[in-house]
Amino acid sequence: MESVLSLLHMPTAEEIKQRIEAAIPGARAEVEDWTGGGDHFKATVTAAAFAGRSRIEQHRLVYEVFGTEIGGPIHALSLKTQSPQTHSPQ
Amino acid sequence: MSDTENQIRDAISQAISEHEVILFMKGTPDAPACGFSARTVAALQALEAPFAAVDILPDPRIREELSAISQWPTIPQLFVGGELVGGCDIVMEMYESGELAQTLGVEDRAESHQNAPLL
Repeated sequence: MESVLSLLHMPTAEEIKQRIEAAIPGARAEVEDWTGGGDHFKATVTAAAFAGRSRIEQHRLVYEVFGTEIGGPIHALSLKTQSPQTHSPQ
Repeated sequence: MSDTENQIRDAISQAISEHEVILFMKGTPDAPACGFSARTVAALQALEAPFAAVDILPDPRIREELSAISQWPTIPQLFVGGELVGGCDIVMEMYESGELAQTLGVEDRAESHQNAPLL
């Protein structure tokens, strides 16, 4: 029942930000509702945990926070990830 | 897992290994059914890179099995040389930095991608 309810729940940009920051140690996230429709979000995430990981692995870390909600209530989560040291795509 | 799901998974794995560049997308390159798929196709076409494309929409099991193989939840997904390169965000970042041309082994045609948005 709980999982059904979580799939029906549509998170806000603020909630997505808080969940990313809570799940990835030291992460800072900026999240915006891309379309205003509450289901397409755009997030920029900066985290020391990303250092030494490929972009694929960095994005996977963020996607894992939301599991099956991606493609469900969250139709799209566009990501830009960086580690604090690099601050720009390598 | 049923036999049909197994067959779908095997067919996807085979397609990934048989094509040097393969894009799993919503719709077709001529008629993309989603903005993210459209942007990814546009980046590949801007580099004039040949690629195979698979429309995942006709059967929801294609997407389920693909995501199980790739451990990647969203569509599109671009594979080069059997490896997942990324979805729309990563492909666009790599296009803009010139890295995509390098990965695809093609000439980087645009002089300044930032000044020439694709869509």
